[in-house]
This record gives sequence, structure tokens and C-alpha cells, in this order.
Amino acid sequence: MKHDALSSRKLQKNDNTLLNNLVVAAVILITMAILKSSKFFSFTNFQSMAYQLPQYGLMAFAMALAMISGGIDLSIVGMANLSSMIAALMMIKLANLIPNQNLIIYVIIISCLIAILIGLLCGLLNGLLISKIGIPPILATLGSMQLFSGVSIILSKGNAINRLPPLYAKIGNYALFNIVPLPLLIFILLALSVSFMLNKSAYGIKLYMVGSNTKAAKFSGLHVDKIIIQTYCLAGILSSVSGLIMMSRLNSAKSDYGQQYTLQCLLIAILGGVNPQGGHGNISNVMIAILIFQFLSSSINMFPYFSNFYKLLIWGIVLLGVMIWNKYSKSR
Amino acid sequence: MDTTPQTAEIILKASNIKKSFSGVVALDGVDLEIKKGEIHCLAGENGCGKSTLIKIISGVYGMDSGKIELNGHTYHKISPIDSIRNGVQVIYQDFSLFPNLSVMENLAYNTELAQKRTFVNWKRLRKIAEEAIRMIDFNIDLDQKVELLSIANRQQIAICRALINDAKLIIMDEPTTALTKKEVQNLFRIIKLLQVKGISILFVSHKIEEVFEISERLTILRNGKNVLACSTSEIDNQDFSYYMTGKKFEMSCYDPTIDYSATPILKVNNLSLKNGFNDISFSLYRGEILGITGLLGSGRTELALSLFGICPADSGSIELNGIDVKITSVFDAIQNGIGYVPDDRLTEGLFLDQAISDNIIVSNLENLSNKIGILDNKKRIAAIKEWLEKLSIKTSDPRDNVQTLSGGNQQRVVLSKWMSRNTAILILNGPTIGVDIGSKNEIHTILRSLAEKGMGILIISDDLPEVLTTCNRILIMKHGNLMGRLKSSDISELELARECISN
Amino acid sequence: MGKKRLGHEFYVFLAIVSLSLIIQARSGQFFTLNNIVDLMVSFIVPAIFAMCELIVIISGGMDVSFPAVASLSMFATTKILLSMNYTGNVFFAFLLSGSFGLIMGAINGALISIFNLPALIVTLGTQSIFMGILQGALNAQEIAEIPKVMFDFGNAKLFVATNPLNGLKSNMSSSILILFAVVIITYVFLHFTMWGRGVYAIGGDSNSAIRAGFKVKQIKFSIYCFVGIVAGIAGMTRVCMMQNCQPNNLIGMEMTVIAAVVLGGTSVKGGSGTIIGALLGTFLLTIISNSLLLLSIPTYWQSFFTGLIIIIGTGVTSFQLILSSHRLPSMRKSKNEA
Repeated sequence: MKHDALSSRKLQKNDNTLLNNLVVAAVILITMAILKSSKFFSFTNFQSMAYQLPQYGLMAFAMALAMISGGIDLSIVGMANLSSMIAALMMIKLANLIPNQNLIIYVIIISCLIAILIGLLCGLLNGLLISKIGIPPILATLGSMQLFSGVSIILSKGNAINRLPPLYAKIGNYALFNIVPLPLLIFILLALSVSFMLNKSAYGIKLYMVGSNTKAAKFSGLHVDKIIIQTYCLAGILSSVSGLIMMSRLNSAKSDYGQQYTLQCLLIAILGGVNPQGGHGNISNVMIAILIFQFLSSSINMFPYFSNFYKLLIWGIVLLGVMIWNKYSKSR
Repeated sequence: MDTTPQTAEIILKASNIKKSFSGVVALDGVDLEIKKGEIHCLAGENGCGKSTLIKIISGVYGMDSGKIELNGHTYHKISPIDSIRNGVQVIYQDFSLFPNLSVMENLAYNTELAQKRTFVNWKRLRKIAEEAIRMIDFNIDLDQKVELLSIANRQQIAICRALINDAKLIIMDEPTTALTKKEVQNLFRIIKLLQVKGISILFVSHKIEEVFEISERLTILRNGKNVLACSTSEIDNQDFSYYMTGKKFEMSCYDPTIDYSATPILKVNNLSLKNGFNDISFSLYRGEILGITGLLGSGRTELALSLFGICPADSGSIELNGIDVKITSVFDAIQNGIGYVPDDRLTEGLFLDQAISDNIIVSNLENLSNKIGILDNKKRIAAIKEWLEKLSIKTSDPRDNVQTLSGGNQQRVVLSKWMSRNTAILILNGPTIGVDIGSKNEIHTILRSLAEKGMGILIISDDLPEVLTTCNRILIMKHGNLMGRLKSSDISELELARECISN
Repeated sequence: MGKKRLGHEFYVFLAIVSLSLIIQARSGQFFTLNNIVDLMVSFIVPAIFAMCELIVIISGGMDVSFPAVASLSMFATTKILLSMNYTGNVFFAFLLSGSFGLIMGAINGALISIFNLPALIVTLGTQSIFMGILQGALNAQEIAEIPKVMFDFGNAKLFVATNPLNGLKSNMSSSILILFAVVIITYVFLHFTMWGRGVYAIGGDSNSAIRAGFKVKQIKFSIYCFVGIVAGIAGMTRVCMMQNCQPNNLIGMEMTVIAAVVLGGTSVKGGSGTIIGALLGTFLLTIISNSLLLLSIPTYWQSFFTGLIIIIGTGVTSFQLILSSHRLPSMRKSKNEA
């Protein structure tokens, strides 16, 4: 029976994103296999990819969620830096206060929880500005981006905050069985949870509906404002976790870390088939887009005569290429 | 009698027009002939090819075969510019106006562009605009922004704009859809005025009364073919519906036996809303279909929105089954078993680019998920299947977008959204706007069977025949007040219309 | 045209006046000639950018690539002029920079109008590409010494304002004439050409614009070309005024310029916006970034204040919209029928 196809809720018809992206991923892998086989397909390379990917991958999910709701979140990097900045300052302060170095683990845990709370509050601010005050998402998050990084700058006077407890970096670099890095584990866990929320929960359906038509959502009795606020809060939480990971990798916090990630996350979301108009996109496709992005990024790094800035050029071309490709494949 | 001079020249003659879109035939050898100064009606159900034909005449679509004669020139291919040069002007349903610009600019730009102007001369714009509104004695502030105007005023601007572009034939696509009865009369006055000036009107509509009132000749299309072309005086209402749909319909009143001694399922006491309505009281009993009619601006829509919690009332009370309830939000209304089918289905009722299945269950999610909000997939699938079947929504795959469905099927999806959550009171605002006659009757049948099963139904509509045949009681609203209540079997359409307009 | 109520511009103006009064009260230095001149000078480049962004936003688009366009144009021009030891008229420098800008603007315009892609995302992509070319292909570093003609132009001043109290001097740069020219050209384009009215028409309803006979694709394309040219000129102005060429100096400016334009009452949904509003919005943000020192607030508060102003400014307009939409839909109609 055809109706049984219903069991997979979000397998949108005529959606070629998955296939396209798998092809792209395969092309990159094959190209690298031919050009730099030994270097690319090495344990070290894959492990370093596994360390790099989570920090912007989580922000990409945040961006994707905001875009599905029909908006955009330009403040993800600002939220990440602000929450890691506050976590860093707390860790340093508290670590100096406590006499017993064995207790430092609790300091770290508390600081991380506070950071996540900060991310939640930042997201809450975004959500309120968008839903209750009615500022268009692009402007609201543009403003809050300035605000969040402004607060980070004020807190740090524009400097990098170093001298974190060494244990923190150690935790960040921990790898399960010496293979799977902790950040990657966190990333996978969060990816599964977000995916589960979108596909298996009432919130998921509501989110797509609000993204597709706010007015109809209101007339269907959905709490539109609540859903928007929840979504931006979720984006805030994801960004703050990403900020914590970034802090552990760089062993410091600074107000202007990771500024290139806004564009990258937008690129990943679009590559992953998230429609900028809202209402469409799913996490597994975004996941594949993140992988493609990481493959591509690592591949470029293997050609040392490519200046790092060429990445910018390539990201721009990929973004426009994907947009044009989507346009053409849809019009057929 | 036919007032058109028999010798009148023919301004437009389309013969044997064929057009198909990727294999689907939209027009299959259609003819259309319009004389100078004639008011001609093009009628047919949704999807019969009316709009395709208009777009071919105005040059938006090319035709596969056939020819069009305009003012004696024969075209096998016609471009928008050819069409405009021959004086064909189309007034689309959205009027193609610029909401952010002034009336003056809206009126003048077409002319300015046609004359290939590079620079703007504001004085000249004003002159053009003044000339334009004079043509139909239209009195309006030229500096007003169009977004602040009523639909009727916007339509008049569109008509004026067509006139100053030397219109010889004005095509109006469903011009009365968003107008009140009074505004429709004004539109008809303007149309007659244009006729005196020798301008032909092609009036596209599927509203029977209007077709009979205004047109001299009519052409009916069905499934991309001509079924009739004759003088309006030659046929009557029954014929008209038959030609439109190819089916015979029995028109009968809804006259259920109601127990008026029981507690009403909905009782409204002295409900008032500032700038909306005053002191409204009425009861709705089990099994009833209650019609609320009145002109646009009479407060009927506001009353509905109030009951559904979108614009909560300022004072008064609402009782459900004898119990006082507070409705201050849509959520309250839904929790109390009230559902609302909006008049603007496309923007308020449906999520067009989302799956049919999700549209059906969207208002019922808390019943299909557990406490922490995780969906029960079995329940979800069962609910979707149930409503697809019960309302016979025709789709090959419920995962398709709603916009792939026809108007009638779309409206059924909106209905299913409410029926799926055991709604006790369903408020429908213009339940069959944009729905073809065939589906219209089916929707009315569904509503009746719902009422018979005990749901209370409130229909807000200014489609008087619809109110008369579907509802058993009718309330008439005027200037925010409830002015009359009657049984639908006691009144004729004409009397009802008079009631609505009288002061 | 008849205006029945005080426009948004008026409120921005009020905000500027009250902010100035506060700063004056706290520092006593705001209403001094040299401070006003300083403000005007730092207003020049953002205001030129605001003019091009204004047109884009009115048309319903969004351009975030103009700082990249400006940077790449000015850097390439400076490099070329240096390498040929150019000594001719400074006009040629602006022409060359504007032409580079035009090419980049045309790329934006083509992608947006031909492929009908969302402008924000296209320009995010091209911004990345232009920066990639600038920093990667051209390997741009700061150029400390710019051609003499440009240096001289940047040094030219209309007058010098002196603060009688502390003797501080500020030069009113001749570059402000470029701003005047750009503003006048934008004004004439927007108000006295069918092209300009077409920009408003497209922003209002692009389908209607097509039916009315506006050449929508051409207009859209030319909007981004205009942005490119003006951005190129703005970049050159910047180099001349700074007396050196810093390729990364303008990055991030797109956000404040957009904020300034929106603050001035331009709707991000397109269709409305005025030059006066955009200029006032830009001036407001310029005051904030310039006056922190006067108030002895550390400069690292700037980002915070900018964000706050963006949120408050856009919030006020948006909230009014929400409030008015809460009123009954019929009220509007009945008012006009009467």
C-alpha cells in the first residue's frame, strides 16, 4: 500500500539533496584518493577532521533550525564566544578560589552548565525579539550578534582569555578508546537528539509548519511565538556547546574567534537542502553537508601552495554553485 | 432582451484555440466572440480553462493552434504587447497594483512606461491620474498609498488604469470575489458606464446571480471545451448549473428537527468588541447549522474571529453546553472544541508547501503524541488514513504538498484538520469561496452530516443561496449589531438580500 | 506629496538631537566645530555605502558584499596605479576603482536577476569570493604609501575647524564633495527617473511591476551594478582619506550600514525608504562610534552600543507594526469606505 510510505514522515518527495550530496561526497573522496591517497586516507587526518568538525557542525545545526523556522541566525558565533568567554572567566576565577585541585572538575562542570545557560538566554533574547517584538530575524540576530560580541569584548577588554585550568583542555582532547574524540561524541549525541526532535516529536511538525506559513499556524492553534522562541533557544544551546568545544581546542576564549563560521554554517545549511524561505530541510542532509564541507576543507589544506584565503573563494563558489544547481534541478 | 446592436462589429474573435501544458490538455478547440460594447460573461468551474484562455488572449501564454482576431487583425501568435496595442486590458484578481506607492503613481506608470519615458515628471503623473479617475467619476485622494485602500477602491484604480491605456476590451477575472454586495452593485454601475462608452467587457465568473444580472451574452467552458455560447436571456439558473457542471442538482433546504429545549452547545451573551460588534447574543443548538450573514464590515468576520480567540471580545460571555468559558486565545478556543475554517484558505488555512498528511494532523498533535511530545507513529498514520478516507480526499500520495490538490480537495483538508480532533463547534468563514460547484455541493453535504451527528456549525457567508440552502437558521448583522434572526425556510433569497442592505 | 503624519525620519532626528545633548552635557565637547567636522569626516564613507544599500533594500534585496567589492576595487586600483607610477588626474583613480566595482556588481546582478536567487545569499557568496581573490590571489597586504595624486586628494581640505578651547584642529576633507555627488545622484535616480520608480515598484510587488511594463530583470541587474560602482568609489575615497590602503579595514561594515539604513525607516521587506532617513540612521551610528571617547567610555563598548541601537531602533518600528496588526482588520477598510 502506498499509505505505508507515511511511516517515514519527512522523506520529502522529489528531494534530490541527499543523492546530490552523496555524489558530491563521493567525488571529493575519489579525487583525494587519486591525488593524495596516503595523506587523506590516514588515521591522523580522519582524527583531526573528527576534532575540527563538531565546533562548526553544531552551529550549522543551529543555523539550519533557524532557517527551517523561516528565519536566520547570524548571532551563532556571537553566542558561542560569549558563552565560552563567561565559562572561561568563571573557571579561572573559581579555580583560584578553591583550595583543593581535585575539585576542579566540578568547577569545570559548573562553568560549562552556566555557559549553556548563557547560550539559552541569548537564544531566548533572539526569540523574544523576533516573535514578541516582531523584528525580522536577519536584523534581530544582526543586532544581537553585535550585542553578544560586544559583551564578550567588554568582559575581556578585547583580549584573549588564556590560562584555563589544564584539565579543561585535557577533557576536550580526550578520545574514547583513543579513537573517538569527546567533541565528536557530543556532536553525534546532539545531532541524534536534534534529528529525533525534528522527525519524531510534535515540536518537529510544528516547526516545519510555522516555517511554512505563520498565519496558518496561528489559525491552526499552534503557539507560534513559543515555537520560534524554543527554536532560537535551541540554536543558542547548540552554539554555546560549540563555543565550549572551540575553547577547549584553542585553550582560550576570545570575542572574535570563529568569525568565518557564520558564512560556513549558512553554506552548509543550504548545501544540506534547507530552504531559506523556511519550512524545508532535514538534519540528516545537513549532517552529510557538514561531512562534505569537512572533506573539502581538509582536502584544500593538503595543498600547501593554496593560501588559506583560497578557502573563502572556494566556499563562495560552492555556495553559489549549489544555489544555481538547486534552482535548475527544481525547475525541471 | 439582447441590447447589443446586431450589426455591431466584432472586437475579439478567438477560434479553435488549443493549448496543452506538458501533455495535459487545458483548452481543446475553444471559440470566443465578443462584440463592441458588449458585456460578455465567461463562465465555468475551476480548472475548466477560463484563466488559460484569458492568458492566451492577453499574450501571456502562447497557443498551440488556433487564431485570434483582434480589431480585424489576425494573429496566430500574440504577444502581450500586441494584445495591449489592440486595447485588451486584463484586471487580475490581485489587481497588479503597487501597495507601497500612491494612487497617482499606480495610475500613471503604465502610460509612462508605454511611452518609454526615462524621467519622471510629477506634474504629468498627476494630470494622467486626474484624467483617469474622471473617467468613472471616481473620487479619491491621489496621494493616498494604495495599501491603505479597500479592495473595492483598489479595483476601481485598476479599472481606471485600464481605461487610460485605451482599453477597448476589459477582461475582469472574478472581479466580485472580495467585494460586498454594495460594492458589487457599484462595480456593475461602472461596467454599464463603460459599455456606454463602447468598451467591451469580458466578465469571468462562476457566480450565477451575477452572471444573470450583468451579462448580455455568455460562453460556458467545461473541461477545456465550449459547452454553450448564447444570450443570457435564453437560459435559466438550472440550465446554467447544468452546463457548468454537467450534473443536475437538487436544491433543498436544510430543515432538521432540533430540540430547542435542550442546553445549547454554544450560547453567546451580550458579546461586544470595540470597532467590531455590539451586544451580540444568540444560541446554537445541537444539530443546527446557523448562518451569519451581512455585508462586509457588518462585523460578521470579527464575531467569528472573537469566538475563535483571535480578537477576544471586550465584554460579554460565552457558554459552551451551559458552562461559562473564557476564550482569549486560539489555544483556548481549540481546547474548548472550537474550530475555524478561514475564508482565505491559501494564506490562513493551509500549509501549501507541506505534506497533505501533516496538514491534516497539525491541530491535533497533542492527541497523537505522548506527554513529552513524542509522536505516536501508529496513531498518526491511523488518523491520516481515517480522514483521507472519510472525506474522500483524492490523492495518490498523502506526502505530496497540499498545493497539488484542487480547491475542493484543499478545503476538505482544512475540514479534516478540525474534524480529526472532535471539534464540537465548527465556524466556517466563506466555506466555499473558490470551490467549484461540484465540490461545493459535496462540502455542503459533509457539513450537513456533521451537524446531524451533533456538531454545531456556524457559517459566515455573504453567498446568500449558500446560506439559504445550507443553514436552518440565519442571523443578519448590520453595523456590528444583530438585526434579524429567521428560519431559512421562511425567506426567499431576494428578501434576504433586501434585509442585508436595508437600514 | 502629502504627508499626513510625522515620518520615521523625524524620530531618528529626535534621537540624534537627544543623544547629542546628552553627550554635550556629559563632555561639553559635542557642539564644538572640530567635533562636528570630525563627525562629518567619519560619516562620509558609511554614508556613501548607505546610499547604495538603500536602493538595494528598497528593491526588496539585500547586499552584504559591498565592503568586499570596495576593498578589492581600491586595492587593485592602488596596486595598478603604483605599478605604473601614475601621476595624472585623481579622477582616473576613481574611474578605475568604480569600473572594478561595476564588474563585481554586475556579477551580483547577473546571479540575482538571471537565476532569480535570494540576494542575501548570493552576495554572501560573492563577498566570500571577492575576499578570497583579494587575500588569496592578490595576497593583499597593507600598502603604506599610496600614489601621490590620491594622497593629495585625501589631504585636500575645504576648511579647517579649530576648537577655541583646546586648540584642536580638524580638517573638513574634500571627499565630502563625493558624498554630496553620490547623494544627489541617488536622489535624482530615485525620484526623477522611471528606473528609480521601478526600484520602488519592484520592492512593492515585482509581479505587478512586470505586468505594468517595468523591465524588472534589467532594473534589478542595474541596481547591483550601481552598488558596485558606488562601492568602488567609496573604497577609493576611503584609501585617499586614510592615506594608506588597508585591505581588511572595511570588512564587517556591511552590518552597520544595513542597520543604519533600516534604522532610518527603510523596510527590509522592500518598497519604502528615504534618502534622508538612511543618512540620519548612518549619522546616528556614526555619533555613537565617534563619541564614546568624548564620554570617556572605553572603545571596546562600541560593538555593544551598536548592537543595542540596532535592536532598539528596529524594535521600535517592528513593535509598532505588531501593535497595529493586533487591531481589527476591518477597521482599516471601514475608515476608507467612509
